[in-house]
Amino acid sequence: MYTQALNARDASDERSEDAALLAAFQARVDAEEKIEPNDWMPEAYRKTLVRQISQHAHSEIVGMLPEGNWISRAPTLKRKAALLAKVQDEGGHGLYLYSAAETLGVSREELTEQLLSGKAKYSSIFNYPTLTWADIGAIGWLVDGAAIMNQIPLCRCSFGPYSRAMIRVCKEESFHQRQGYELLLEMCRSSEEQKAMVQDALNRWWWPSLMMFGPSDTDSKHSAQSMAWKIKRFTNDELRQKFVDATVPQAHYLGLTLPDPDLKFNEETGHWEYGEIDWEEFSRVVAGNGPCNRERLAARRKAWDEGAWVREAALAHAEKRRNRREAARIAAE
Amino acid sequence: MTEKNTPLWEVFIRSRTGMAHRHCGSVHAADEEMALQAARDVYTRRGEGVSIWVVPSSAIVASDPTEKDVMFEPTASKIYRHPTFYEIPEEVGNM
Repeated sequence: MYTQALNARDASDERSEDAALLAAFQARVDAEEKIEPNDWMPEAYRKTLVRQISQHAHSEIVGMLPEGNWISRAPTLKRKAALLAKVQDEGGHGLYLYSAAETLGVSREELTEQLLSGKAKYSSIFNYPTLTWADIGAIGWLVDGAAIMNQIPLCRCSFGPYSRAMIRVCKEESFHQRQGYELLLEMCRSSEEQKAMVQDALNRWWWPSLMMFGPSDTDSKHSAQSMAWKIKRFTNDELRQKFVDATVPQAHYLGLTLPDPDLKFNEETGHWEYGEIDWEEFSRVVAGNGPCNRERLAARRKAWDEGAWVREAALAHAEKRRNRREAARIAAE
Repeated sequence: MTEKNTPLWEVFIRSRTGMAHRHCGSVHAADEEMALQAARDVYTRRGEGVSIWVVPSSAIVASDPTEKDVMFEPTASKIYRHPTFYEIPEEVGNM
């Protein structure tokens, strides 16, 4: 999902750690005990979580960009207020997650640097452009819908701060999906032209949304370990299937056609079977060559650079006030 | 990075009058005033609180989780501190 780039194995994780400590750790995880930041944990568990939580945080922050694009062009004041609130929520989600990652001993400055230098990944979905207003609805419905599928099981993640952050996020996410779907419903009922715009948005966002769940289980190297550590509760394909099953009837309710000729309902299993995902496209976007990768990073770098004077001024102001207080204290003595 | 790091603050929120302040996360801010504003924006966008405390993270002193057995063992053996340790005849009624 937000951690599609977790597939590279790190050889240094393989070094041996005290077998007794490892066994005690696994026993705690198996007993569904939450692991807290100061508890002993295997180095690889810490590293996996730092990468997963920070990639998730970066995704929230970069995710503000495609939607932010439409704030000034929202068709009504109601839609504008909702979109502003949603984008602000995404920023908030990023901050909850950064704060959870920092409990593992990594600083906010390091995390920011990793994003801006291009070293850290974020979800591939945010490298697609928002071309029309219907894309805003499609993001809420599909992208946030996929995120909810992924985040609900993360509320039970073994790492306490991550699980608590996810609980907060999930409480807010439902509004995101509903405002998107409602917006599309209104467009579909308004005119043929608007409905065509929604169909076009679905055509472009459907496959990238399925890719959000990451590589298929056969290609997902980290899944087994993350499941054993109870960081992950379901495999990529299991979550993707849940999403497809939930979303196809919603598309039909809007009167839309899914852009997948192989899509069919299997009466026996009760699941919607979908066609082959274009994994070439997925790898290309994750590797940095999607439609908007460069634009997104450039926007984040610009925001960081142009905000430098604000950060410096805030620190200088805080220091000035501290010095004044100190001077007043000395004078009073 | 040449810039100085922005300090970290722990955020505690009282959800309703009469409840205790509860830890909910952290924020970075240059001073206490900005920390309070950031905490409001990050953690109370939907009326989650009626009061916020922010505390410099560096000011928190925590017990060591690896020493938790030693730290909390003395209370485990003192069962006479619990009301159920004492037997009161049923005829006396609720006590």
